[in-house]
Amino acid sequence: MIGLNHYLILSGLLFSIGLVGVLRRKNLLMLFFATEVMLNAANIAFAAASHFYGDLTGQMFAFFIVAVAASEVAVGLGLLIVLYKKQGTLDLDDLATMKG
Amino acid sequence: MYEQIAFYLFSVLTVGLFLVTVLSSNILYAMTSLAAGMVLISGLFFLLGADFLGVVQLIVYVGAVMALYAFAMMFFDASKEIKEKNTSSSLVFLLGGLMAVLLVLMFAAPILGENIQASYPPEVGATNPQAVGLVLFTKYLIPFEVAAVMLLVAMIAGIVLAGKKMDESLTTMDDEEVTLQKDKK
Repeated sequence: MIGLNHYLILSGLLFSIGLVGVLRRKNLLMLFFATEVMLNAANIAFAAASHFYGDLTGQMFAFFIVAVAASEVAVGLGLLIVLYKKQGTLDLDDLATMKG
Repeated sequence: MYEQIAFYLFSVLTVGLFLVTVLSSNILYAMTSLAAGMVLISGLFFLLGADFLGVVQLIVYVGAVMALYAFAMMFFDASKEIKEKNTSSSLVFLLGGLMAVLLVLMFAAPILGENIQASYPPEVGATNPQAVGLVLFTKYLIPFEVAAVMLLVAMIAGIVLAGKKMDESLTTMDDEEVTLQKDKK
């Protein structure tokens, strides 16, 4: 029988995949994709906890996460477009202009 | 039985698609696999009885967010392969693995928790969207309004950032500059 543990382990796996993406990627757009993966993993954990404890709070949190993700994409893509117009690249190594 | 089959099918496909998203060097492959993975995650939500959340996932994530990414991709060169130089990928995988173990422990915390009680149990006899509405517009009304303001701010920020010549304002110009602008048109 599928229980809470199954969903939490799946959510942890997906979150780890997103985390490896964030650590590994050098392209800013790909970093955004990895962030989306992590947000979705958190949503699964919230929905599973909501279902197995019979409490709607988890689903409420998931809704607000969706809203935050939507606004993040709107602002982030605007910034990416401005950055691309200015620098002509989205690679983090080329964008590193502050030499410490 | 069917629930088990559906769960394992959805989870294996989701993990595979998200791995493609994270590891692929082509933006188009990454984006399409991300969209497909999100559709399958909405299937998981339907399995969990969160019907409204599943529909929101389909409409907002797969519909709006991925369409926004697709539009933004017109600004960037999406067809060419992305060259990334990864200096020490073994270090990244070690750090990622360690953090993954930590995160699995954190996510497994509700398994060990015992004195967890439902503070907002679903209404008896209400379908999932009805119960969600009842809780969202009573207990979570203020966060809902704040989220609405946040979305408005994000919309204005997106328009200003992506729009053309948004940094020029007719009200802050001198009269001569305004006439110059008119002459140009």
